[in-house]
Amino acid sequence: MKKISKKNIIAFLALSLTYLLGLVLIDKGIIDSYLQLNITLIGINIILAVGLNLITGFTGQFSLGHAAFMSIGAYTSAVVTAKLGQPFIVAILVSGVVAAVAGILIGIPTLRLKGDYLAIATLGFGEIVRILILNTDAVGGAIGFNDIPQYTNWTWIFTMTVVTIILVKNFINSYHGRACKSIREDEIAAEAMGVNTTYYKVLAFAIGAFFAGIAGSLYANYFYFIKPDSFGFMKSIDILVIVVFGGMGSIAGSIVGAIALSVISLFLQTIPELRMIIYALILFFIMVYRPTGIMGRDQIKLFKKEVKTNASIESK
Amino acid sequence: MEQLLQQLINGISLGSIYALIALGYTMVYGIIGLINFAHGDIYMVGAYVGFALTTFLGLGFLPALIISMLVCSILGILIEKIAYKPIRNSTRIAALITAISVSLFLQYTMMYFVKPDTRTFPTVLKSKILTFFDGKVILDVKNIYIVAVTIILMIGLQYIVHRTKIGKAIRAVSLDKDAAELMGIDVNKTISYTFAMGSALAGAAGVLVGVYYNTINPLMGAGPGLKAFVAAVLGGIGVIPGAAFGGFFLGMIETVVTAYGGSIFKDALSFGILILVLLVRPNGLLGKTVKEKV
Repeated sequence: MKKISKKNIIAFLALSLTYLLGLVLIDKGIIDSYLQLNITLIGINIILAVGLNLITGFTGQFSLGHAAFMSIGAYTSAVVTAKLGQPFIVAILVSGVVAAVAGILIGIPTLRLKGDYLAIATLGFGEIVRILILNTDAVGGAIGFNDIPQYTNWTWIFTMTVVTIILVKNFINSYHGRACKSIREDEIAAEAMGVNTTYYKVLAFAIGAFFAGIAGSLYANYFYFIKPDSFGFMKSIDILVIVVFGGMGSIAGSIVGAIALSVISLFLQTIPELRMIIYALILFFIMVYRPTGIMGRDQIKLFKKEVKTNASIESK
Repeated sequence: MEQLLQQLINGISLGSIYALIALGYTMVYGIIGLINFAHGDIYMVGAYVGFALTTFLGLGFLPALIISMLVCSILGILIEKIAYKPIRNSTRIAALITAISVSLFLQYTMMYFVKPDTRTFPTVLKSKILTFFDGKVILDVKNIYIVAVTIILMIGLQYIVHRTKIGKAIRAVSLDKDAAELMGIDVNKTISYTFAMGSALAGAAGVLVGVYYNTINPLMGAGPGLKAFVAAVLGGIGVIPGAAFGGFFLGMIETVVTAYGGSIFKDALSFGILILVLLVRPNGLLGKTVKEKV
């Protein structure tokens, strides 16, 4: 076990300070509800993007159905909190687990497919989930699920975002994470070196789905109203744009991407068509001129320290 | 029995539209190995061009169809030159993301200019209804037109691919790009021709769907685009008769399922079929197995 170094303490203090600062600012009303809404959205987007990055950026499996896992989480959370009246922490965990199980179920058959076919299969899966929810009257069908208790607040968003980043980061730097990266680089070579590729692909898929489920849970319990159309193909594309923009294979990139694109879409809220045109151009120019995304596969130095410190605290 | 017959008539019309789009998908996939997500949106552009020509210029069905096909083939060539050529040697994921970006760009640029409203396509073909079995089975002449246009285009395509020099070049490039280049085939030109032909078919499908359903909107390309892709995979992607078969097959399955009360699950069904086909026979029903080279 590593010792708690000076850096670790500083990072821990920085995180606590950020949290407390947020708490005080919200309490004093400097961060108004509009700003809070956007912070919540940024947090949810970070969780989603980090999860998808693990699947697409680190394991090299192109998934176009990430929003489906989010919707599974959101609906599970809605049922657990609104219909069964359980506390939020239970809802979050159950949502994550249900989404992860869905990830495993869809992952085992489809991950035998490669590249384009996998993309289309996940896209199809996403549509199937949306249509199934749309036609299930028990969860509101097309009208949507109403009256979900509003539990999500600054504390939950902050904690879950930090926990997601730390866990995924630790996973990537572990033995298992390196196995995932080897699949991204060359699947056949990885297999030849004794990496159980199916296992690791499904594992990455399940972890990504787990965090998408948590993000869905936070989403449902913030907006207290969800409808199937919020989790369609376009939502999956939104998450993909964040991952690609920030850099496939860079956690820091996902965070920067989530913040940057949330701010961009904030300014373009009145003209949604223009927002999508800009998204399309971002995707295009990044793919043609900088396929690694703005952060590449590097991590911010400061960020790297922060996570490492927390990682060692965690493993104590 | 009559109902089934009626649904088969509707299914063939819908299927022929899917088949036309699927042919373009298959051709593009065959030659550069890329799922052209923007293909469904080229079809949407084709519908709008047809709409503009018939509404504002008052052209008839056939001139509108031909001009729309021309415009779409130029659009297809432009898309290939601007978007797909720079990423020809990138990874699979990069190519797919670029294709998605082109698709989004076409959809929302169109929406920005023509507004998201649904437009009504003018009646360019007079409806003439033929009835069979004491009026239990209705056949609109429009259906015959659509199927006839589709079949003529398919025969034309088959002729070009198998009987002309450019068709030979296309087949050579899709078999082995490098070897074709060594044999003196201009690969860039061949790819452009392929895009032009595929996009022209999509444009024709766009006009036909406008004539058939009378309504068009900027996002209409996404759904049929994906369905056509399912059709292409179903028949074996890269195989031209396979795409036609897949299109008709999917169209018929969809209408029959809708008729027997499964309309809400219609879209889920086609994706279910897709996943099933991918798992059981990844090369499609008419495809050949390809061994992976290490």
